[in-house]
Amino acid sequence: MAARAVEPSWRTKGMIECKDIAKIYQSGEIETVAIKDITFTIKDGEFVAIIGPSGSGKSTLMHILGCLDIPTRGTYLLDSHDVSQLSDNELAEIRNRKIGFVFQSFNLLPRATVLRNVTLPLVYASASQHEREKAAVSALHASAFPEKFWHHYPNQLSGGMMQRVAIARALVNNPSLLLADEPTGNLDTKTGEIVLDTFQRLHMEQGHTIILITHELYVAEHAERIIQIRDGNIVSDSPVKNRRIANNHH
Amino acid sequence: MRLQDILQETYTALSANKARSSLTILGIVIGIGSVIAMISIGQGASGQIQSSIEGLGSNLLTVMPGFIQPGRGFVSAGRGSSQTLKNEDTDALKHITGIAAISPELQRRFQITSTIGNNTNSTVIGISPEYARVRNVEVAQGSFIAENHVTSMGRVAVLGPTVAEDLFGEENALGKTIRINKINFKVVGVLQTKGSAGFFNPDDTVFVPLSTMQKILAGSDFISTIAISVDSKNLMPQVQEEATLSLAQKHRVDPQSPDFSIVSQADILGTLTQVTNTFTIFLASIAGISLIVGGIGIMNMMLTIVTERTREIGLRKAVGAKKHDISTQFLTEAIMLTFAGGIIGVALGWLLALAVSRFAGLATQVSLQAVLLAFGVSAAIGIIFGYYPARRAAALHPIEALRYE
Repeated sequence: MAARAVEPSWRTKGMIECKDIAKIYQSGEIETVAIKDITFTIKDGEFVAIIGPSGSGKSTLMHILGCLDIPTRGTYLLDSHDVSQLSDNELAEIRNRKIGFVFQSFNLLPRATVLRNVTLPLVYASASQHEREKAAVSALHASAFPEKFWHHYPNQLSGGMMQRVAIARALVNNPSLLLADEPTGNLDTKTGEIVLDTFQRLHMEQGHTIILITHELYVAEHAERIIQIRDGNIVSDSPVKNRRIANNHH
Repeated sequence: MRLQDILQETYTALSANKARSSLTILGIVIGIGSVIAMISIGQGASGQIQSSIEGLGSNLLTVMPGFIQPGRGFVSAGRGSSQTLKNEDTDALKHITGIAAISPELQRRFQITSTIGNNTNSTVIGISPEYARVRNVEVAQGSFIAENHVTSMGRVAVLGPTVAEDLFGEENALGKTIRINKINFKVVGVLQTKGSAGFFNPDDTVFVPLSTMQKILAGSDFISTIAISVDSKNLMPQVQEEATLSLAQKHRVDPQSPDFSIVSQADILGTLTQVTNTFTIFLASIAGISLIVGGIGIMNMMLTIVTERTREIGLRKAVGAKKHDISTQFLTEAIMLTFAGGIIGVALGWLLALAVSRFAGLATQVSLQAVLLAFGVSAAIGIIFGYYPARRAAALHPIEALRYE
């Protein structure tokens, strides 16, 4: 698979349409309904927070939105492609091309430098060395990661720095969707602010589509719209009235 | 995923835990090393046997009393158990075309003493002058047994160099008198050193005229062996067949089950090679067991690595690694380990073979086939024992792998 040409502007594009999505886990005789026929649309360039307590189904929803799993029924259109019934390998390819993940626990490779960590998705896209370097440099600049640490290893960085490496990694394949799962969960308030600031700038300055999954209302209020989930249903879906702007500490 | 990336990932992963990687490949190193050493010792032994059999004389056929059962080999023939060969048999063979020389021999062991008081127990062979030509022996001092010694039943002897040294030490044995079975013999010649050839050492032998041996020493008209030298290698099967027919006719026995047997060098070589090959395979298989143990060690380590890196596998899958990307990565790690083990093992085996030939005096021979075999086997072990862990890694579900603590 050839890598797509890297566009100079780091702008995600595309749109997410979920129609009657349900996920039912079956273990023996017992059926557990994690998501009950959810329908919603996220437009190109939106910054949406999905909020809900643990067990609400938000993780399951995130897995489906991130193409890590497929819904039991319903359709999920990502970039107007139906990705709801793909095979494991097809899903891997979609994740590689269209989705950027940011995890709570960073998930950086400990034995690889910052640059190598950032280029990891391009390794699986079989991009050329030149393409990788170019994309990694742009992505690291976009996540405001200081150049002097580019050849450091993750264990030499602070939590906030590590999360920005993870954000750069999520951006490197020019994804349609940036999916952040509790990105501030392992960070103190101050570094959490820095990461949230990074997301806000990516959204406002570069127009990325971002979905932020969190259980903290405070974090969710950095987005423009909040979808609240409880017991597998959407209980509210509304724009943020008093949107918080993260303090810029750097 | 590009080959370069796979190799880089593998290198990073393996060098991250050098101690564990080295300990794991130790099993493969020892396995491959011992297989190489065993095969080289076996092949060296075969080579040595071949050259010493050829040193016994070129294009040689040996007639021995007693019938060798087909398939049982000459070792079990029970040489000397029956005495059926006589002097006349030599004459019966003379008319066969393609024979260069015929050497009738009668062999016994006797106690031999010298005039200066030394004594030794050695093989004494009664021979005719043709012996020198048939058996490839040369005289260093004096002369060999001559025709007139045989006809006159002369009490003369030619000594192998070992016997000469045992009896006379540094002194010149030529012209001295020795006593074989209490009968005086005059030493007329000493042979050149030839070296041991399998079961027979011509250096530790005393040669006397055949007639003297038969009438005076052994008191027997029979002969123990007739050695036939054939003109060329191509004629050997033909001469062997004709000789069998002539002797069977002379002895009035069925040529299918005669009371003698004719063995060529090829037969002897074949039997001995069979023995050494069996031995080589036996030793190599024992060494091979350690390879399997080493392979299990590799599998064990790979399974540990897969468990340790579960989250990493989850992440790689999340960013787009497909099943075969993951399995290729882990399989390459296993193959790299065993391959590195193979390279070190070949070097170790080679050194071992050199040490064996230097300190134990055994000939060794490291062949290209053995080295290629070792590499093939080590790569195969990597694939076989790396396959299951790689499959397990590839089959992990990204969500569960990412959640793994």
